Amino acid sequence: MAVSALWTVMCRSLLKAAIGLALTSAIITMLMFRLNSPLAAVFELSVCAGLITAVFVSTISLTKPLTHKEIMEISRERFKRFVYLPVILGLLGLALTRLKLPLDFAFPPAAPENDVRVIMWNMREIDLFGQIAVILGGAFGIVMLFREAKRR
Amino acid sequence: MPSLFILIPLFGLMILNLPLKGLMRAIAFWFAAALFFTEIIVSISHHPIFWNNSLEVFDTFFTMDFSIDNLSFLALLSVGIVSLASLTVARYMIADRDHRFDFINLLIIASIGMSGIAMVRDIFSMYVFIEVTAVASFIMIASRRNASALEGAFKYIMLSFIASAMMLAAVALLILISGNTSFTALHRAISAAPTSLAASLATGLFICGLLIKGGIVPFHGWLPDAYSAAPAPASVLLAGILTKASGVYTLIRITVSVFGFSSPLEKVLLFAGAASVLTGAFAALVQEDFKRMLSYSSISQIGYIVMGLGAGTELGVLGAIFHFFNHAVFKTLLFVNSAAVEDKTGTVDMSRMGGLSSRMPVTGATSVMGFLSTAGVPPLAGFWSKLMIIIALWLSGHRIYAAIAIMAGVITLGYLLMMQRRVFFGEVAQGMEAVKEAHPGFQIAASALAFLCIATGVFFPLIYLKIILPAKEIFLH
Repeated sequence: MAVSALWTVMCRSLLKAAIGLALTSAIITMLMFRLNSPLAAVFELSVCAGLITAVFVSTISLTKPLTHKEIMEISRERFKRFVYLPVILGLLGLALTRLKLPLDFAFPPAAPENDVRVIMWNMREIDLFGQIAVILGGAFGIVMLFREAKRR
Repeated sequence: MPSLFILIPLFGLMILNLPLKGLMRAIAFWFAAALFFTEIIVSISHHPIFWNNSLEVFDTFFTMDFSIDNLSFLALLSVGIVSLASLTVARYMIADRDHRFDFINLLIIASIGMSGIAMVRDIFSMYVFIEVTAVASFIMIASRRNASALEGAFKYIMLSFIASAMMLAAVALLILISGNTSFTALHRAISAAPTSLAASLATGLFICGLLIKGGIVPFHGWLPDAYSAAPAPASVLLAGILTKASGVYTLIRITVSVFGFSSPLEKVLLFAGAASVLTGAFAALVQEDFKRMLSYSSISQIGYIVMGLGAGTELGVLGAIFHFFNHAVFKTLLFVNSAAVEDKTGTVDMSRMGGLSSRMPVTGATSVMGFLSTAGVPPLAGFWSKLMIIIALWLSGHRIYAAIAIMAGVITLGYLLMMQRRVFFGEVAQGMEAVKEAHPGFQIAASALAFLCIATGVFFPLIYLKIILPAKEIFLH
């Protein structure tokens, strides 16, 4: 997951970055299944790996592609800026696993007995409407910001 | 029926975007105006028929559990007032019909987010609605599509994502502590284990996230760029209520209802508040751009709210709540006037302006009311809320912070007087001779807001007893 997230940040092409993000989401989905949270996994897969990737790809299709020279310049700059990022991430992960922080709580058991309908419609209905508003906001954003490109 | 504040705009938005372009574009403004006007009326009336009854038809399908108290009423009232002002500015400033329609859509989405923030009693739901406002804000800031707008939007989205990640991590920790995300359950769990490292970590992360969202020093870097680069109607909304709903109202609500006051938290809030008050005031002194000066002024005024909260007393929190409302009114008024000036002169550069009061008498006169209220001059509204905050700081033993608040008030008066003199007073600047008064829509909005500044100040005893004092029920868990 860390490798695919780093690749997403570092790669030259926006399209490849969007695919990298989808890959990262897919790996998070697998982790969620392993952590006994199938519901969260399904949503991660459908919203992040599915819907958001589709939105990104359609947005990127409206942008002007860079020249090869521009891409090389940007990637050189980006590499200089983020070259230490994997090292910092590794050290931070190592430190957090070794430190044994006295986080005084017991992990509550996962509750897989409630199905999607019960959780989304009966328990978290407010959040569902909030998420619809977020998705609508994103859709209006694309329409508004890229209207000029469409006109041209 | 509070859920109607979410459902009507949401379904209205879907209907407005049906493929009936001409008709929907014609009614979009009136739909939004009716929505915000109703929000103002039902928030003022507190009428139990609306707030306590439920619609059986809706209850069959929607069982949203919102909770309303007097702080929510005040927040909803502020949302209604500022959204209506922003809508008015958009009607006269955005010439392109398509862009205006898009802006109204975003305004309705932002109002869904802000109303949700005001009414939820669950930390995860609050996070979701904060994100609704963040998405709408980002698009509004970027909508001019020039370099400065994209820079402002990029800074905002980057810092906003960091804040969101911190808040989400805090929510995850809080679920582990209490097994629930409702305010009541969280407050109970945190009170039961006051020395818990996980609880302290969650408190720190969530509060830090809110400080970023609120543009409080040292996390204020995005705010002046975003406010000044955004189109005028978006600036009105962002400066008037949007940033405060997602970063300041939430800070008050979460501090009082979930985390509770503790000495380290009070120290952090007092220090961040004082730093904001001073940084914003000193930076505003040296600005040439009208909107940028008002943006720094916002940072300074938000600092007062945070300092009031940091006093950790009932009086301090009530002062913070009152200043939250007052700031929504007078800052919206000043931004509406800056939009009127920008519309008529085509610039926000104060060095090119002068003597506009003789050309724009209503804009000039209402601007005086706005700046006097911002500076805390009696008997206007801003005076009373600042007085409450200063007294609360003094009585709680934070006398240095009380002195800082008084001193910053003098600086505020200084930079706003300079603004008034450079823009509105004196002789008419070269090239401004042909400037005419703003559109009647601007004048009505500015006059109503100026009237509110005066009326809230003059009838302070009544406002305090009927609206501000009842808000202390938030201390009852």
